Amino acid sequence: MKKIFLILGLILPISSFAQEDLMKLVSDSNEVFVKTATFKATRIINGHSVETVGKNNMDFIIAHRFDRINQGFEEFFGLDAATNRLGLEYGINDRLMLGLGRSSFQKTFDYFAKYKLIRQTSGSVSTPVSVTVLGGYAIRTQKTTPQLSGSDRSSYTAEFLIARKFSEAFSLQLSPTLIHRNRADIFTDKKTVIATGIGGRMKLTKRTSLNGEYNYVLPNQIDNSYNNNLSFSFDIETGGHVFQLLFTNSFGMTERQFITETDGSWGSGDIHFGFNISRSFSFEKKNRQKP
Amino acid sequence: MKHYLIVPVLILIFNCASAQNKLYSVSKSEFSFFSKTPLEDIKAKNTRANSIINLSNQELVIRIPVSQFQFSNKLMQQHFNENYMESEKYPYATFKGKIIEDLDLSKPGIYSVNASGTLNIHGVDQDRKLSGKLTVGENSLVLETKFDVLLVDHKIDIPKLVFKKIAEKIEVSANIYYTPYVK
Repeated sequence: MKKIFLILGLILPISSFAQEDLMKLVSDSNEVFVKTATFKATRIINGHSVETVGKNNMDFIIAHRFDRINQGFEEFFGLDAATNRLGLEYGINDRLMLGLGRSSFQKTFDYFAKYKLIRQTSGSVSTPVSVTVLGGYAIRTQKTTPQLSGSDRSSYTAEFLIARKFSEAFSLQLSPTLIHRNRADIFTDKKTVIATGIGGRMKLTKRTSLNGEYNYVLPNQIDNSYNNNLSFSFDIETGGHVFQLLFTNSFGMTERQFITETDGSWGSGDIHFGFNISRSFSFEKKNRQKP
Repeated sequence: MKHYLIVPVLILIFNCASAQNKLYSVSKSEFSFFSKTPLEDIKAKNTRANSIINLSNQELVIRIPVSQFQFSNKLMQQHFNENYMESEKYPYATFKGKIIEDLDLSKPGIYSVNASGTLNIHGVDQDRKLSGKLTVGENSLVLETKFDVLLVDHKIDIPKLVFKKIAEKIEVSANIYYTPYVK
């Protein structure tokens, strides 16, 4: 009897080890998965998304807004005239991004910094939303009479971008925004305007999506002749490009222009067709070591 | 009476001994893949793979979190995860197999090994035989391997629009360093 116990005692642990599923042993990891690609581009449409460009990557953005569709056939539904914005965005690291742009509308220069404060994660650490903060400055350089001082032509933007990727296909973002204009065009307007943007995207296929964005300005701050900005876009992404084909009621593309100074109304057909094209470049040092 | 003492002591010794020289787990790993295309080379690195080798029955498993592949071009990385690997749906690539040679891996040395088993990428199983070099040290193992993955084998679609940028075959190479497994 004792001998049997002895033999069993020696064999059992060995055989039980062999049967242990190795797959289970490698599976008890505490991996944290950062949700990526909440939006395809650094803009939902006009407004910023939570996305930044990655470290040592640069995006070149070419954006056009054509004139109003309701101008009819003679103006070829607005296509005869356009404003553009050329922008460069550079990732200092995977969270911090700097950008600048120049719009033909009011000959505006804009500069901004954007920082990913919180990233949505799943796995062993779960964070429900991504939060990105943005600070921006813009200055008009178009000649006016009377000529305004540089300070009077300046405006500032601060935004909290809060987004959640609910599923592979659906993401939603809230963007509480503060815009300060040193001098408003209509002097009864508040200089500091509080607004909130809401934007979302719905993926149609792996490479295309429908986006919508609405910027709501809280009441009693700006003139009644201004409207809230509403935009829809269709995004197509190919290798290194993202194309956004869009309709919006705003001509300008900086925060001051499209949030506080949109004069077009969807109801009267003041709709601008436009597009954003972003092209991505990487400056990461090439790794010479070949596998 | 003495037997009652000897039995548990022997069991203990055997258990410890078997645990010590059988299972090895990852201390450091580096997976990289490389794909040459006319326009640009696509490269990425992953240092987050987990793996265990059981030297006594020569079984091994490898598990790679797909989204941890780091590309220098972040847009490419996004496309890799979103469009090709669908890494939210299929977060891991795994290999489960067995070294087929009859070797005494308890002796230090450098062995050429072939492992046959199942490679799962993008949720699709493929029976594969992967070859590599296993360096057995005093208390460590190093496994080096190189193999090709055909995208079509794992139902990874290449959209026609960007066809020229993506190779249909990807070279994967790995260096995995092991130390004895501790629970």
